[in-house]
Amino acid sequence: MIETAYTQDWPKPLKAESRNLSFSYGLGLAIKNLSVPIAEYQVTALIGPSGCGKSTFLRCFNRMHDLYPGTRYEGEILLYPDSRNLLARDVDPIEVRMRLAMVFQKPNPFPKSIYENVAYGLKVRGITDRRVLDEKVELALRSAALWEEVKDRLPAEGTSLSGGQQQRLCIARALATDPEMLLLDEPTSALDPIATASIEELLLDLKQRVTIMIVTHNMQQAARVSEWTAFMYLGELVEFGLTKQVFTNPSKKQTEDYITGRFG
Amino acid sequence: MPQRHFDEELAELKTKLARMAGLAEDQIDKALTALVTRDTALACNVIERDHKVNALDVEIDESCIELLALHQPAAHDLRLVTTAMKLSTELERISDLAESICERAIELNEEPQLKPYIDIPRMGSLARVMVKESIDAFVKEDATLARKVIGDDDFVDDLMEQLFRELLSFMMENPHTISRAIRLSFIAKSLERVADHATNIAELVVYLVEGKIIRHTSPTVQP
Repeated sequence: MIETAYTQDWPKPLKAESRNLSFSYGLGLAIKNLSVPIAEYQVTALIGPSGCGKSTFLRCFNRMHDLYPGTRYEGEILLYPDSRNLLARDVDPIEVRMRLAMVFQKPNPFPKSIYENVAYGLKVRGITDRRVLDEKVELALRSAALWEEVKDRLPAEGTSLSGGQQQRLCIARALATDPEMLLLDEPTSALDPIATASIEELLLDLKQRVTIMIVTHNMQQAARVSEWTAFMYLGELVEFGLTKQVFTNPSKKQTEDYITGRFG
Repeated sequence: MPQRHFDEELAELKTKLARMAGLAEDQIDKALTALVTRDTALACNVIERDHKVNALDVEIDESCIELLALHQPAAHDLRLVTTAMKLSTELERISDLAESICERAIELNEEPQLKPYIDIPRMGSLARVMVKESIDAFVKEDATLARKVIGDDDFVDDLMEQLFRELLSFMMENPHTISRAIRLSFIAKSLERVADHATNIAELVVYLVEGKIIRHTSPTVQP
């Protein structure tokens, strides 16, 4: 069992936190007894070598694992301000996914128009008024810094956009339903440096109105975009602290070795 | 733990710093000898050699900038590179002070010796030991030794005060001694500054090892 180092005081206010969260895909524990605070309107980066459980941890937050049989959660994930335990039996995963939107590594727009991609979640929610839809679609595209580039071609296929634009389209789609948290799983690892920079800029703007968790393999990205960093190894939390502290003076040797490229 | 190529570059940086430190230390050493033995040729020699230290200062700065740009170091690696940049500046200043001591020594050698030099060599050897130990602390990354160096600065300050009072009495008694006494007090001030730079290096070492910035926190640095 790794003894976790908490480099600083707990962040506050919290938007969410996992408490003694363990998760299993069936055989063995993929994540073990994880207690991580998520600061409201800030960016929390999850880092660690491949297989450390960081994506698994992120996916617990919007109950993604429920799509597969044989998975098991223990502990809780509390979402504030209502202290709702997202893992409680009476919680509808669909409701959870409305409140916590997810963006993946590879841009995955639906095979629909740009407009329909963004309007999709709103329509699922039962919004049919064309004016409301138009407004919300524009707002989401503006928030994702994509509006200026696509406003004249909204009926075009989402897949006709460049990779970076597609990823921003996915972020717009995620933002359209006004989620409280944005979960990003290596959102720029399939993008070139310019598209990456524009997504990072976007995250820094977005955190003013949505709490962000990001899984990344890019240490510099974690350092650039996040306020808080959680370093995971073998399914456990090794260190949690302010990013600037973790990257200049980590308290655990394992963290130091990982962020300086000595292992992992 | 696998050795990274980057580790070799960091080791090379440390070697360069150690070489520069050795040079700076030697400059102070020779400057004091030139003063005490009234050896003008040696003093000129020290002045001429200052450019070597300057060249290393530039070289180390360039290496650090390159390491930062190409490797984006983090944690201890980052602290080492940023510390190296500051440390080379401190060493360059130490060498400048050695040069300044030599300039005063050359002037002093043109007149009869004002008094036997006792406190100045004492101050000098204290300051030299501080420089040496601060560099040892850097090379070994020894925060305990670094903290000892920081404490030693007070002795040098006290000696300078004492020397200054003595020189003042010379000047009051006999105005003909003023030019020499002033030059000697310049030298004392230079040595006091050398000790200050050694203290700065020691503070950098504490940052390197512990990640804590401790400068401007000691009550003894208040004016």
